[in-house]
Amino acid sequence: MVETAAAPRISRWRRKLLQMAGAMTTPLLPDDYLALLDPRWSTRELTGTVVRVRSETDEAATVIVRPSHPWPGHRPGQYLRIGAEIDGIRHWRAYSLTSDPEHPEGLVSVTVKHVEDGKMSPWFTEHCGPGTVVFLGDVEGEFGLPDPLPEKLLMISAGSGITPIWSMLRELQRRGRLDDVVHLHGTRTAEGFIFGPMLRELADDHEGYRLHEQLSSENGRLKATDLDELVPDWRERFASLSGPREMIDAFVEHWESEGLADQLQTERFQPVIGTGDAEVGSGGTVRFRVTDKDAECDVGVSILVGGEEAGANLPYGCRMGICHTCVGRLRSGKVRDLRSGEVHGEDGETIRTCVNAPEGHVEIEL
Amino acid sequence: MTPTGPSTSTIPDTQDDARPGASERAADPSATSPLHRLSPEQIEEIGEAFQRIHDEVKADLGERDAHYIRSIIEFHRRLAALSRIVLMASRYPPAWVLGTTGLSVAKILENMEIGHNVLHGQWDWMNDPQIHSSTWDWDTASTSASWKHSHNYIHHTYTNIVGKDKDVGYEFMRIDPKQPWEPFFLLQPVLNVIVMLAFEWGVAIHDLDLEAVRKGKKDPKQLKDELKGIGRKAGRQILKDYILFPALSGKHWKKTLKANFTANLVRNVWSNAIIFCGHFPDQAYTFTEEEVADETRGGWYVRQLLGAANIEGSDTFHLMSGNLSYQVEHHLFPDMPSSRYKEIAPKVKAVCEQYGLPYNTGPFLQQWLMVQRSILRLAFPGGKERPKSPPYVAPPEPPRRRPTVEGVEGPVPAFP
Repeated sequence: MVETAAAPRISRWRRKLLQMAGAMTTPLLPDDYLALLDPRWSTRELTGTVVRVRSETDEAATVIVRPSHPWPGHRPGQYLRIGAEIDGIRHWRAYSLTSDPEHPEGLVSVTVKHVEDGKMSPWFTEHCGPGTVVFLGDVEGEFGLPDPLPEKLLMISAGSGITPIWSMLRELQRRGRLDDVVHLHGTRTAEGFIFGPMLRELADDHEGYRLHEQLSSENGRLKATDLDELVPDWRERFASLSGPREMIDAFVEHWESEGLADQLQTERFQPVIGTGDAEVGSGGTVRFRVTDKDAECDVGVSILVGGEEAGANLPYGCRMGICHTCVGRLRSGKVRDLRSGEVHGEDGETIRTCVNAPEGHVEIEL
Repeated sequence: MTPTGPSTSTIPDTQDDARPGASERAADPSATSPLHRLSPEQIEEIGEAFQRIHDEVKADLGERDAHYIRSIIEFHRRLAALSRIVLMASRYPPAWVLGTTGLSVAKILENMEIGHNVLHGQWDWMNDPQIHSSTWDWDTASTSASWKHSHNYIHHTYTNIVGKDKDVGYEFMRIDPKQPWEPFFLLQPVLNVIVMLAFEWGVAIHDLDLEAVRKGKKDPKQLKDELKGIGRKAGRQILKDYILFPALSGKHWKKTLKANFTANLVRNVWSNAIIFCGHFPDQAYTFTEEEVADETRGGWYVRQLLGAANIEGSDTFHLMSGNLSYQVEHHLFPDMPSSRYKEIAPKVKAVCEQYGLPYNTGPFLQQWLMVQRSILRLAFPGGKERPKSPPYVAPPEPPRRRPTVEGVEGPVPAFP
């Protein structure tokens, strides 16, 4: 299957009415006919119309979007899968949400940094404009402010990794809890610091928020060994890390070597799973009904990997349970989610083959 | 662009009797089947040439194609909605005729140019979940999942291999002399008419794979699920066409019911005609399992080319046939957007000409009558291979006549 935008939240009676009217439009939905009158009347997918694109730096822009249906809400630090059609093809990327959770006009925004040779970021920063339609996926991610809030916080960000940190700082400001926050941010130049002017102002106004800008063009990149000098009490602080993978890896190692791994959260994607590393469950056999193939999956091997090894040509995308490209309808048996270890599966449920392994025999419509 | 093989490749000698007009040939197919005449190297070259055509189009797909399919889908929905509204007044004969015509056309478009092609994954590259083979369902009795197995997988992989491709006679007809005769086939002239009229139900049942069911090879749980799926779909289809929409016409419900029944009938007869013309005309080759053992990618392409037959017609005709009138192109490239078939047809013909291969095609009535004749003849024992098409030769370019200014002697080109 293919990645789909989130389902809009609509009232129960409206859902019921649409369901009943579906008897007359089957196999299409009433939405398909309503969309002929106004595309925004369709409740098939949550879309958004770009209101404006605000330039933050030479390379970064905030894309401000009005959702077609009321925004379901998000926690600061979470990210949004956002889709756009470029030359007839819909593409998806995940960006941290930079808008306040309950915006008075119901607007949401992501902030995008231009990536040379990228597909979507140049489109966002250069091509899209007011009126462009985008697709809004599910809000996801565990990165955010811990609950209850620790007394002392440390934020470390670099480059476009600032975006979830920005949302969290705004939230702290709103809650009046900018009590004791140290923020280290690595940027190549002072002008390239996304949200730099506003954060500097924040630091001037709040004694509890200390901002250190590390200009890598002059002083080199942020290093874990600088911590003792920059933040002598870093071991007492709950730290949030967001930035390039190499930077995060280096810092995580530092925290681990001090035995403080539980005082740290990072924003980076999970490693690819489903190749047999996770030793959970029983494994099992899979019957692919459409491609007419049978596969055997050892313990910890996903349905997708097992099917591919059996020679089935199966759809896939991210291979880590985000994009829903690989889903198929379960027709028999139970599966185990390789991320959580949980066993689940109802007849007719769509499951992601990349993060689920068979638990015994399963049949799937793929 | 013309696909180029090595310039030294020898084009097989076309025998004298293979010239146009002299197509009545010896009946032994293995003597004439181009599959046996080509060398393995030539088959590989042909495969590469076809693959190149495929890849060029794939790399070029974009906004223009997306716009095409969305326009067709929007047109279908508008036409279907309007026809249903007009049919609310079905007690007035002009409204009945208008509504029934509109609904018939809408159903044909939905099944052929939209449903069949979307389910092939022709539009999957758009990554649009609402126009995607994994989510699409169509306005007919068969469920999309079982269709994708029986059609996309079985038929398009084992095309025209007698004994493997269940679309060769659909397991109840003898349309090829290679199929052994059984007394049951005496019924086929009658069954043919029934299937023509009730085509959508025939397809739904065919998807179940009756032969496997008969032999007890089908997994009972899967069979139960598929029967439930068909039952659920059939229920919804019947509720919509024969209860809910007629009810909207109040006490004249019978007229609307008749209109909806007629529209389904028209769609059934039309799609049956187009689909039977795809592989059953005389020109199309069939194959034995031995012939295609150890088949390469190139061999697969050649088999697809030989096993299908096109229908000639206008742009509207092609649209109404879901571009299955480009059956040859469709079988070579089942996942290519149907709107591209017309564009690549000259390139396919060029490959045919270069390697002395036939390009099976003919006018609609001729192809359809051939099919009906075979169905009648092969109901009885025996029957011979029908003559096949000669190698494709591009028609000579018509002499170019420059437009001249009237009243002036000689070829004086017009100005400006």
